[in-house]
Amino acid sequence: MALAESFARAKSTYTRGGLTTVIIFLPPALVLFTVFIILPIAEAGWYAFFNWNGLGWPDKFIGLDNFSQLFANKVFTRALVNNGLIIAVSLLIQLPLALAMAVLVADRRFGAVTFRMIFFLPYILADVAAGLIWRYMFDGDYGIVSQLSSAIGTGPIYLLANKQFAFAAVLIVIVWKYFGFHMMLYIAGMQNIDKALYEAAAIDGANAWQRFRFVTLPGIAPMIRLSVFFSLVGSLQVFDVIRALTFDGGPLNTTHSIVSFLYIFGVTRMRVGFGSAVGIVIFILCVVIAFGYKRLFMRND
Amino acid sequence: MRLKLLAGAALALAFGYGTAAAETTIHMLHVSVVGQTLWSKVADAYNKSHPGVKVVVEYLENEAYKAKLPTLLQSDQKPDIIYSWAGGVMKAQIDAGYIQDISAARDDFAKTVSEGGLSAYTVDGKLYGVPIQLSGVGLFYNKDLMAKAGVDPNSMGDWDSFLAAVKKIKAAGITPLIMGGGEKWPMHFFWSYLVMRLGGSDVLTNAEAGKDGGFKNPVFVEAGKKLKELADLQPFQEGYLSTLFPASGGMFGDGKGAMDLMGDWVLNTQRENAADGKGLPMEKIGFAPFPTVPGGKGKVTDTLGGVQGFLVTKGAPPEAIDFLKYLETVDAQKEAASTGGYIPAVKGTDVFITNPTIKEIAGRVANSTWHQNFFDQDLGPAVGRVVNDQSVAIAAGESTPEDAAAAIQEAWDTR
Repeated sequence: MALAESFARAKSTYTRGGLTTVIIFLPPALVLFTVFIILPIAEAGWYAFFNWNGLGWPDKFIGLDNFSQLFANKVFTRALVNNGLIIAVSLLIQLPLALAMAVLVADRRFGAVTFRMIFFLPYILADVAAGLIWRYMFDGDYGIVSQLSSAIGTGPIYLLANKQFAFAAVLIVIVWKYFGFHMMLYIAGMQNIDKALYEAAAIDGANAWQRFRFVTLPGIAPMIRLSVFFSLVGSLQVFDVIRALTFDGGPLNTTHSIVSFLYIFGVTRMRVGFGSAVGIVIFILCVVIAFGYKRLFMRND
Repeated sequence: MRLKLLAGAALALAFGYGTAAAETTIHMLHVSVVGQTLWSKVADAYNKSHPGVKVVVEYLENEAYKAKLPTLLQSDQKPDIIYSWAGGVMKAQIDAGYIQDISAARDDFAKTVSEGGLSAYTVDGKLYGVPIQLSGVGLFYNKDLMAKAGVDPNSMGDWDSFLAAVKKIKAAGITPLIMGGGEKWPMHFFWSYLVMRLGGSDVLTNAEAGKDGGFKNPVFVEAGKKLKELADLQPFQEGYLSTLFPASGGMFGDGKGAMDLMGDWVLNTQRENAADGKGLPMEKIGFAPFPTVPGGKGKVTDTLGGVQGFLVTKGAPPEAIDFLKYLETVDAQKEAASTGGYIPAVKGTDVFITNPTIKEIAGRVANSTWHQNFFDQDLGPAVGRVVNDQSVAIAAGESTPEDAAAAIQEAWDTR
């Protein structure tokens, strides 16, 4: 976050009267920010009103047609639902799982540090590598999931070819991949809680669950809010894992996320105008969710 | 002292760069794994015999190439020669002004390349590129499995006997058709051939011009219905909706299915991806043309396949065209024919083909009454991918043939 730092630095220097410092530090950051962030967003907003294949210059103005096609597109609706599912599963399954694991390995018990590393390893793995590994594991003919289900007696499962449950496979991989990261956040938060509070609670007769509810949870509340924020923003950007697991949108386009929808329906079909319209919608969605969340829940952090 | 050293080094660098710049470098970018080996050899021979020119042959994976090309064409690193499937994407690239008109060299190329091949790369009477390889799509079958099921491969000449054969193979406990549905385009071969067999040689040009209902014409709906008829027999391997193409080739090579409607390149893919790395030996693989449909205007000698080749980009030096002329000779294409790498488009190379299956396919394509480019290339990327999606949707029962035809028409209208 060098950008925020340089802004903060510039601001405090200015208030102390170092106008020259501001003039030196502000322009480079501003130029980079404009060229790499503001300009592409503005250009995407411009391209979204054209029917353009990405070659040459956009010249077929079609007004809001891209947007009307987008909202009528059933695959996009499914992609939105899928992203909603990712957010729901992250908040209801992944984060509580991470919290439970954090509680188990937070203190310096025997083996705790080893387990912390094991749980954190999936996060370090590259998205594409994780997707490909799980693709093999879910393979109906040779994958380990199928072998297990055959051993139980239900026969091989072709999960990635099942139009209702292929996305469940994606959700499993996402939970597996990121719960370690959130677990580490909670551990860091828990290590900041004053041990004296736990002793005081124990003296007052609180049992383990009550200690957790009344000392730990409030203590790591800011960390929880932060982790939910990361989870929300990250869920909106899922692409690599889906692309590696279910190459072209899965069986009957049921495993698209909004970003993979943009890539497949915009870039690979050489419809950059349409892709830009999708990009604008994603941008607005992300901005609303990110700023809305910060406003509502992280006002004092 | 140090400044003098630095200045001296800079001067030497400038001179070095100067002499290197006198050599013309030609960049050729393509997607063929076999092509990388074969064409690099040709480039090396060309470089030796043409001092002052350096041809660099570079490979990029199929999907990555298609995604990267629009950006590359508009940058300084634009390759001089690019791989092409002709059809809609090529037309878009020409319209945007990225491709060089090489009509002046047409007579030279006509000496070694057939007129049909050159016409695939001619737009509005101007030549923009040359074909390097031809491909044909048909029913590859595993001779042993067909015998085990008691089906005579030559008895599948029309649609009804083809369906009967599929039922018989399934009854014998063998998967009738291998399908790489995860990538979707293998499924559209069925729909494409059905459209061709039903509609005849002007079916696509009429639809593109919007005649007789465009893509909603009953021919396309009927093709969808026939595809559904086939899919209802459950002829594909289990989990076919997630099988990627290389895996499907490997399955055929492992003997997991009796037939595979695929292009000639599958002979290499089935070998590369089989569990033992060897796949089915060539003697065990047969080739049958796609069945005719009773009452359809298409003939059994109409072929679906590609005319893949190279385009020359605008601003490429004349040495690029010269290298292509060198490449499009029997000498340069001999090895491709004899090793079974691909079917060269150069005339007179069929005598070097040793593999009987490839020889048969090459013969069928050369003598074809109508060689139609892959639908998903011919119709352009936007419409083509919708055709792929809808073919899978029809087979999986997700879309009706009427809805599929309407979706393709809509994609054509908004392309």
